[in-house]
Amino acid sequence: MARAVTNNRKAFNTALAWLVGLLIFFPILWTVLTSFKTEAQAINDPPLFLFFDWTLENYSVVQERSDYLRYLWNSVFIAGGSTLLGIVIAVPAAWSMAFVPSRRTKDVLLWMLSTKMLPAVGVLYPIYLLFIQLGLLDTRIGLTIVLMLINLPIIVWMLYTYFREIPAEILEAARMDGASLREEILYVLTPMAVPGIASTILLNFILAWNEAFWTLNLTAANAAPLTAFIASYSSPEGLFYAKLSAASTMAIAPILILGWFSQKQLVRGLTFGAVK
Amino acid sequence: MATQHSRTAARFMMAPAVFLLLVWMLVPLTMTLFFSFKKYLPLRGDSMANGLEWVGFANYVRFVGSSSFWPSIQATLIIVGGVLVVTIVLGVLLAMLLDQPMWGQGIVRILVIAPFFVMPTVSALVWKNMFMDPNNGLLAYLWKAFGGTPVEWLSQAALPSLIMIVSWQWLPFATLILLTAIQSLDSEQLEAAEMDGAPVLARFWFIILPHLSRAITIVILIQTIFLLSIFAEIFVTTGGAFGTKTLTYLIFQRVLESQNVGLGSAGGVYAIILANIVALFLMRIVGKNLDA
Amino acid sequence: MGKIALKHVTKSFGATEVIPPLDLDIEDGEFVVFVGPSGCGKSTLLRLIAGLEDVTSGMIEIDGNDATKVPPSKRGLAMVFQSYALYPHMSVRKNIAFPLRMAKVDEAERNRKVEAAADILNLTDYLERRPGQLSGGQRQRVAIGRAIVREPEAFLFDEPLSNLDAALRVNMRLEISELHQSLKTTMIYVTHDQVEAMTMADKIVVLNAGRIAQVGSPLELYRSPQNIFVAGFIGSPKMNFIEGEEAGKHGAHTIGVRPEHLALSTDGGTWEGTVGVAEHLGSDTFLHVHVDGIGALTVRAQGEAGLNHGDRAHITPDPERIHRFDSDGLALA
Repeated sequence: MARAVTNNRKAFNTALAWLVGLLIFFPILWTVLTSFKTEAQAINDPPLFLFFDWTLENYSVVQERSDYLRYLWNSVFIAGGSTLLGIVIAVPAAWSMAFVPSRRTKDVLLWMLSTKMLPAVGVLYPIYLLFIQLGLLDTRIGLTIVLMLINLPIIVWMLYTYFREIPAEILEAARMDGASLREEILYVLTPMAVPGIASTILLNFILAWNEAFWTLNLTAANAAPLTAFIASYSSPEGLFYAKLSAASTMAIAPILILGWFSQKQLVRGLTFGAVK
Repeated sequence: MATQHSRTAARFMMAPAVFLLLVWMLVPLTMTLFFSFKKYLPLRGDSMANGLEWVGFANYVRFVGSSSFWPSIQATLIIVGGVLVVTIVLGVLLAMLLDQPMWGQGIVRILVIAPFFVMPTVSALVWKNMFMDPNNGLLAYLWKAFGGTPVEWLSQAALPSLIMIVSWQWLPFATLILLTAIQSLDSEQLEAAEMDGAPVLARFWFIILPHLSRAITIVILIQTIFLLSIFAEIFVTTGGAFGTKTLTYLIFQRVLESQNVGLGSAGGVYAIILANIVALFLMRIVGKNLDA
Repeated sequence: MGKIALKHVTKSFGATEVIPPLDLDIEDGEFVVFVGPSGCGKSTLLRLIAGLEDVTSGMIEIDGNDATKVPPSKRGLAMVFQSYALYPHMSVRKNIAFPLRMAKVDEAERNRKVEAAADILNLTDYLERRPGQLSGGQRQRVAIGRAIVREPEAFLFDEPLSNLDAALRVNMRLEISELHQSLKTTMIYVTHDQVEAMTMADKIVVLNAGRIAQVGSPLELYRSPQNIFVAGFIGSPKMNFIEGEEAGKHGAHTIGVRPEHLALSTDGGTWEGTVGVAEHLGSDTFLHVHVDGIGALTVRAQGEAGLNHGDRAHITPDPERIHRFDSDGLALA
């Protein structure tokens, strides 16, 4: 039972929470606002908040100058591809761990997680060399594979936690009903785990979208996703606040919207079910 | 609890994931280990085809002997530790605030969570240019408005600035997890404590904090994994200057900027060892926590 | 045909032997109930028959063919689970049709069979609903429907009624019995409730710690239990056991008398004691009597026994119905 709270107290909480919330959100808000200003207005002293001449000019300039859509497509391809590939490999693995656990299951899971802790920079050059050898450098396929591999442990973990909540009896019932293993996974397990699989996809899509080590180091012109697109604005000549803001807004908007939808699942997903 | 048949099937179905991760881990690791004992400067004509000169532990000795090594370890620990402290302390406070009854809770939550979805390159650029820039940054205006001299954040106070940028990105994550944990606290426990005469601070210290310990462990674990390898934020803001060169960044410079693969690989091995020490310690905690 | 034979079947989990070597024959069309306290291995035994667990050694024959290595989907058995194990994402129709779909039965035939089953089970109006929208009893029926459309060699029931409330349990018990009468298919039914076992079974298999304590018809078990375990497990209220001097008079280590075989009077009998708690059920009264020199005995009196707490009463056992056991707990002839 929540205790009755006076309206005064509630108003105070509300004001404080909104203040803090807006403060945290402010950099994003400011970026979005600035993206609609002219360059001169963007560095106006004092800063302009809402009363300026709104313009969409920056967006078209950014698209023209840097071909935003190509970066966007690369981001979608790499993040989407790596996530789906990861799911296809992880679903059977998670099924095994959740429904046919052995004494080693926990060790395998922890080992998988530990590969995430391997510092990427420690193996950067070997991967770089291998990529040259295999002709994967600066290709979408190459990056898709790498991002799939770095997120695979998280995908397996998340699916494992979701699968474990599905009663084994239902899968046994399918087996008794004459379903083969493939049918059991395809017709019974997967549809039942749809919410879990969906949030796994969402979270890993976000992680892959924002990944900024491999995407910066293994791409040049051809396969560069939005992370690299933005990084190109860090050089001094690109220092136009309004355009930087427009580019930033375009880079984060898709994922921000996606993220807001999945924020509830995010907690369970990222904590591997350890916090509910 | 399964049949031989399903155990065999399970092994087959786990094989692709295990195999891929094993290859992903072992192949580059072996190569890094191999390079770390070699003189390998691609720009000076060294290549695998010509055979590389074996130099023993020279690279290892040189890497540690370099004047950048210990500062880089220090910078790494300060950043990771600093971000952890900031996000957890603020996260607990924020989670407790958001747990209070209020109007528009859902919207506030969305505002608070937003930074987590911002890609690191964007957040670093936005902070660097639009907030921390000593001429046109918003913080500079603020300082001037109060009659102060604008601070050159990313050179005069580079480490704290970096910690603040990274904390901004990770505070939402910590808050969300701690909030979820707080919401699972049985309010009768708090009421009982209140009946027992425990003042607010005591209730926080003896009931809320212990209840959060598990969530805090998880936050520490997951953030550490990601924080040990932060790269884009440094790459974009300071480029490793002004004492923000972490171990990751130092190795990056050795390998890609100075093109000294042997030396960089030796550094990579150190980074792997460091990560393993941290991992070993964290895995114990997680392993224990997962049993429940 | 649903003749099932277990030959020297054992099951161990790691070093723990759950089922020591066990032999059992189940005839075609029989309704067999495995009963025993929790942890006695009855569910494990059912899962071995189903093929959801491997036997550690021994052989399982279905219709005279060795089925030990046959996967569950190929054994031709249908199972109703304790939790019903319905597919929550499918409608009732799809749930019941699932085994047919797996058997590649064409759609028209599938619908015909599903509707026939729904008709028998009073589910016709619910075919398009999801399991989540059904009551416990209805879910149970869907689970049964899913089992009957397969026309299996045998039905396996794993404590199917334990999640239902008492009134519904009695109804479903009847329905399952009627189903057996009309289908005449072998049914193997696992329960910890001896009332279910007594009311439904042709043959009861009482299990204790993985071993078969006794196999027989309900009345055989009631009349002549072969050991103290079966004597105490079958029948409600429980049989009274008396040890020591009084048992010695009958040449046994322990004697047992059912509460219904004790006659109560106020003016004289074999034993005398003080009435403790009396439980009035209307049709019967259970009296807990502290008998001098023996201890507490439960007595079942017809109707309303006119005795109250603290009254003195005399008790006489029916001499024909005294069960005698030796020191190992085995019945003496």
